[in-house]
Amino acid sequence: MTTIDTAHLAAMFAAIADAMSADRDRLCALDGVIGDADHGIAMELGFSAARDAVAALDAGTTEPTTLLNTAARSFLNAVGASSGPLYATAFMRGAAAVKGKTTLDEADMVAMFQAMAKGIQDRGKAETGEKTMMDAWAPAATAAGEALAAGTGLAGSLAAAAEAAKAGAEATKAMIATKGRAARLGERSLGHMDPGAASAVTVIEAMRIALTG
Amino acid sequence: MQTKKIINDGNRAVDEMLEGILAAHPRHLKSVDGSPRSIIARDGPRQGKIGLVIGGGSGHEPSFLGFVGKGLADAAAIGNVFASPPPDPILECAKAADGGAGVLFMYGNYAGDVMNFDMAAEMAGMDDIEVRTVLSTDDVASAPVGDRHKRRGVAGNFFIFKAAGAACDRMLSFDECERIARKANDQTFTMGVALAPCSLPQTRRPNFEIGPDEMEIGMGIHGEPGIARGKLKTADEITDEMLDRILAEMAPARGEKVAVLVNSLGSTPLMELYIMNRRVKQRLDDIGVSIHASWVGNYCTSLEMAGASITLHHLDEELQTMLDHPCDCAMFRVG
Repeated sequence: MTTIDTAHLAAMFAAIADAMSADRDRLCALDGVIGDADHGIAMELGFSAARDAVAALDAGTTEPTTLLNTAARSFLNAVGASSGPLYATAFMRGAAAVKGKTTLDEADMVAMFQAMAKGIQDRGKAETGEKTMMDAWAPAATAAGEALAAGTGLAGSLAAAAEAAKAGAEATKAMIATKGRAARLGERSLGHMDPGAASAVTVIEAMRIALTG
Repeated sequence: MQTKKIINDGNRAVDEMLEGILAAHPRHLKSVDGSPRSIIARDGPRQGKIGLVIGGGSGHEPSFLGFVGKGLADAAAIGNVFASPPPDPILECAKAADGGAGVLFMYGNYAGDVMNFDMAAEMAGMDDIEVRTVLSTDDVASAPVGDRHKRRGVAGNFFIFKAAGAACDRMLSFDECERIARKANDQTFTMGVALAPCSLPQTRRPNFEIGPDEMEIGMGIHGEPGIARGKLKTADEITDEMLDRILAEMAPARGEKVAVLVNSLGSTPLMELYIMNRRVKQRLDDIGVSIHASWVGNYCTSLEMAGASITLHHLDEELQTMLDHPCDCAMFRVG
């Protein structure tokens, strides 16, 4: 039986921030091919700000909901761009999904994860197949739910989510972008992985390792 | 290999730039206390006037805060390089620009900017500030004519924001200011060409690759790749290619007037811009369209990208009045 508390979530944000720093240049290079080359910078900046803001909270007296809302605001204010509103909404929806709880079991965590994906979809208005981060987040959220229902616990759910995110990001190579900066490239976006989907893989994998690794 | 820049810490480039700008233009600009990315005209906002808030990512200087001042924009919200500002500084701009009659948000049509400015507009609404939004969509290369509303806003911002700022300064109603802003956008057509990439202060790596003898037509203002790449042509050929597209859409009649902007994307020098402008004049003479006013230089750059854009702004009497309306901004003056 999993028990995730505020301290675990703070550690999770630290892990994501580290993973983003390590991945920054690869993401910028991906974004340079079909975007404006700043995606890695935005993601590193946003998650560093989130990590620092949640680290300043007193984990012993702060609820997960508050931590997630803090992460949302600090990410948004550090970054703006498109990642800002998308991830801020993700964290705010995640916060709403766990409101009132001090510790989170695997069902709570998967609910939080799925609320995050839904938040990104609602804010960005993207569907799968449009070559965006939704192509990683949507299958990841579905896979997490299915794995949980099959009884694999949080570790199994997040592992399934990470696998699905990876496959989803790979699949974006064959898509033509219709949203965001790459959308103006038409067919020239073919063959290139969407940087938002690539960074989603990094986020989800870091979450998996921090929470269950 | 890293590019060369005159910066300190790449992560502080924007904030240090803003400090330098406020130091250079203290009579025109100030920042909002506690919101250093919200830059306000010292002389601009006033009671009963529609407030005009513009903004977007850094890296396009003098866009956007160079156009903050009496007669043009009341405030600009500044983002990280090539990134929309987040909602908070935009909201602070709205509050500072608010004269009790409503606030107009104007910015380039990009997914990130739309999300952040929309969030700020919702927040402003909760503070009883009515916000309306007009996006600039002047880049003809970025979507077909049937999808004009999907186009990027690029250097033509200059004309579009100026028209709106003039309307606001003339104390026109919210409906009129919005109408004129939309008309200015509809009558502005831009196309760009890039020769060499720029590099972000934090990475100092070229943000795309291009061959030594290549150019990229349809380039945007964030270094994002354009729609077609080919061998570098002559100035006249490039200008013709861009004007063919622009004039096909604008379709001005003999005897009509335009305003012209030949804009450097950063490192292309005035000499080359003026060579392009020569061809612009020839082409317009050929079709009996006169140039009411021209601007040539750095208006909407992309850091050190090499390249240029041509904008034509199709004038009628009303847009000409707005264009001629005096303004006194930090980096731009008319009258």
